[in-house]
Amino acid sequence: MLAISELKKVYPTGAKALNNVSFTVDQPQVIAIIGPSGAGKSTLIRCINRLVEPTSGKVLLDDIDIVSLSRRELRKARRRMGMIFQEYNLVDRLTVMENLLSGRLGYVSFWRAYSRKFPPKDVVAAFKLLDRVGLEGYQGTRADALSGGQRQRVGIARALMQAPDLLLVDEPTASLDPKTSRQIMRLLVELVQERGTPALVNIHDVALAQSFSDRIIGLTTGEIVFDGTSDQVTEDVLTEIYGEEDWSQTIRKGDDDNSPPTDKKSSKDNGYVREAVAG
Amino acid sequence: MTVIEHAEKYPEIWRRFSPRMTLIRYVWYVAIVAVATWSISNLDLPWFYFLDAHVQALDLVTRMWPPELEFWETLALPLLETIHIATLGTIFTLIIAFPVAFLAARNTTFNTATWFIGRLILVTSRSVNTVVWGLFFVAMFGPGPLAGIWAIAFRSIGFMGKLVAEAIEEIDEGIVEAIDATGASRLQVLWYGILPQVLPVIYGTTIYRWDINIRESTVLGFVGAGGIGILLYSSINQFQWREVSLILLTVFGVVMVSEFVSAMVRKRIS
Amino acid sequence: MNTSPEPAAAIAPRWHRIRMIEHPALRYGLFALAVIYVFWSMGALDLNWHRISNGIPRAGNMFARMIPPDFSRWSLLVKGILESVQMALAASFFGMILAVPLGLCGAANLVPKPVYLVARALIILSRTFHEIIIAIFFVKIFGFGPLAGVLTLIVASTSFISKMIAEDIENMTPGQLEAVRATGASFPKLLIYCISPNTLPRYLGVSIYRLDANIRHSTVVGIVGAGGIGQVLAATFSRYDYDFSLAILITIVSLVFLGEFFSSWVRGHLR
Repeated sequence: MLAISELKKVYPTGAKALNNVSFTVDQPQVIAIIGPSGAGKSTLIRCINRLVEPTSGKVLLDDIDIVSLSRRELRKARRRMGMIFQEYNLVDRLTVMENLLSGRLGYVSFWRAYSRKFPPKDVVAAFKLLDRVGLEGYQGTRADALSGGQRQRVGIARALMQAPDLLLVDEPTASLDPKTSRQIMRLLVELVQERGTPALVNIHDVALAQSFSDRIIGLTTGEIVFDGTSDQVTEDVLTEIYGEEDWSQTIRKGDDDNSPPTDKKSSKDNGYVREAVAG
Repeated sequence: MTVIEHAEKYPEIWRRFSPRMTLIRYVWYVAIVAVATWSISNLDLPWFYFLDAHVQALDLVTRMWPPELEFWETLALPLLETIHIATLGTIFTLIIAFPVAFLAARNTTFNTATWFIGRLILVTSRSVNTVVWGLFFVAMFGPGPLAGIWAIAFRSIGFMGKLVAEAIEEIDEGIVEAIDATGASRLQVLWYGILPQVLPVIYGTTIYRWDINIRESTVLGFVGAGGIGILLYSSINQFQWREVSLILLTVFGVVMVSEFVSAMVRKRIS
Repeated sequence: MNTSPEPAAAIAPRWHRIRMIEHPALRYGLFALAVIYVFWSMGALDLNWHRISNGIPRAGNMFARMIPPDFSRWSLLVKGILESVQMALAASFFGMILAVPLGLCGAANLVPKPVYLVARALIILSRTFHEIIIAIFFVKIFGFGPLAGVLTLIVASTSFISKMIAEDIENMTPGQLEAVRATGASFPKLLIYCISPNTLPRYLGVSIYRLDANIRHSTVVGIVGAGGIGQVLAATFSRYDYDFSLAILITIVSLVFLGEFFSSWVRGHLR
């Protein structure tokens, strides 16, 4: 699905943000990328859809090298990659529905986008996604009237509107409280399983990463120093990634708690067909 | 779920604005276009002029280059005069605008009548352009920089007075109350409670207006109120384009400098 | 109750004792400099009480001739005002339209550097020179009359509004742009879906404000023959028809006042 090969990013100042990063993703899984600030996590994620231009290397999405695409082809390729941001990055003055539909901007004509007359199937998909992330009824609310957790749900839904082949998630929970963080991570994991879409997730909270991901990649000063399952993350591994520290408290011990979600009864089906809900 | 329930729950159409709101928006669009069309209807648009306007413009530019450097000797004194007019005018404004601002601020004025008078003074001052004030004062005092200084001052009162009045209205009343509660006189309340809070605004506005006034002073000479404007007008009328370009360059330079100074000082204040 | 000489210090918070300019020498020095400057410049300009006192009887004379204001020639007045209003409307409309491309090009986070620099240079150039100078040029090219005035005001409006647009775009949170780009949207769609919602309210507000400002400025360009009520006004001054001048001035002030009312009403509705 995704193959990164010898990705390098060097800034004009000479700073090496990414140095020969290579890894592959060949099954739908949640991959957490951990590492200290400045390690290049953000840069890595953004190099994949070329919001940051890599200096050299290859990014193969199903055998298409993203790095070598022209601007027009890049736009087409970006449609296949849904991105979720730390600061949610919704267009504040637009409604939730318009923000969701903006995920389809790569697919509709200019006039449809201007008049906001999107194709019916997009609108139906938007309503369904709204339901799935637990924001039923919020379609007409302006984005800046939502709480942080709600905004991130909209951000997730927007990324999913693209029906992407890959999810790029940049620190989705850094601006959220611990409870909401877990809800959001749980939602992400469920969606990855339902849709079979792999997700690359930058996280700085190691315990959170361990609880919710199938695979962890550790990045330090632009290089991958660890690539394995969350069980394999030992204190030594963390020292290698972050440096000397008392890591005993950071590593997850045992199972995560099963706190129920607050604002919606989460649907456990695949999200597209709903049983008629009584009442 | 039945098909109908499905369609109700997941509609195919979504509109941000109700039909009524959309209609209102379209009415506004049409109205604006209609008004715009009416506004140019009385203009005698010589379309043929526009065709070779670029040729004319290029011709003009070639005639203006290179600037007539020897003209600088004639320039220097009026240029200085321009700067004096702007600066003196701004200083005089400061003296008058502050009391007027007081009258125009709801929380410091004496009664509704004084508030209205204060507001009226500010609006009148702002509605009339500096150059028009210049006409007025030239008629009153005769041509020369005196008229220019008054013109600058009278226009600036409205500008500065409005901003300072707004600042006065936004002060923290608690501090004023605290001083009032000690039994201080009205003047002391003013000095210790209100003034320190609005002083940054006063300084900032003064230097901001001074910068604008430099620009205004450059053209006051057109109506005889002193400064470099008179030279510019005469050079243009005599088609001495190379002198004109020197004057324009000088004006450009002076305005740039004053903007720079103004921005620097305002940054230090805030 | 404390009645010591410095009551404020005991009760009010400390900040009010902190002066704007801390150093006393600097503070008094600047003040002294200002006073010295005033006297020096007044001398340089040959202003003295003699000239000012000579002016007072002239001023009195002028006031006497001004009052009462003469509205008898109201048809001329109305014609001039109408022309000014038309000029202001036309300039605002076309200024709004032209400001969009110029403003977009003036945003550093949106366009390549050379485009940005050219746009910014144009904006700065047109704002440096007073509109009366621009008016004179247009009069020279297009002759006397409102056309020169409209063109002048279009230049003034465009540069003003485009500066606002450019600043607004540069102040946008960059993440929004990133997010919309990441969906694969092209530049035009980026404009209408991300930039427009963010800048539209202020753009409209500034344009409405500019309408009001254009009415004021239309009075000025008339002085050099570019049409509008200013032309009528200048004529009255040169013919010593001061009572008509006052009538015109009163009308202008009322018009601007109304315009401000209208403008704040519309801007209130835009919230």
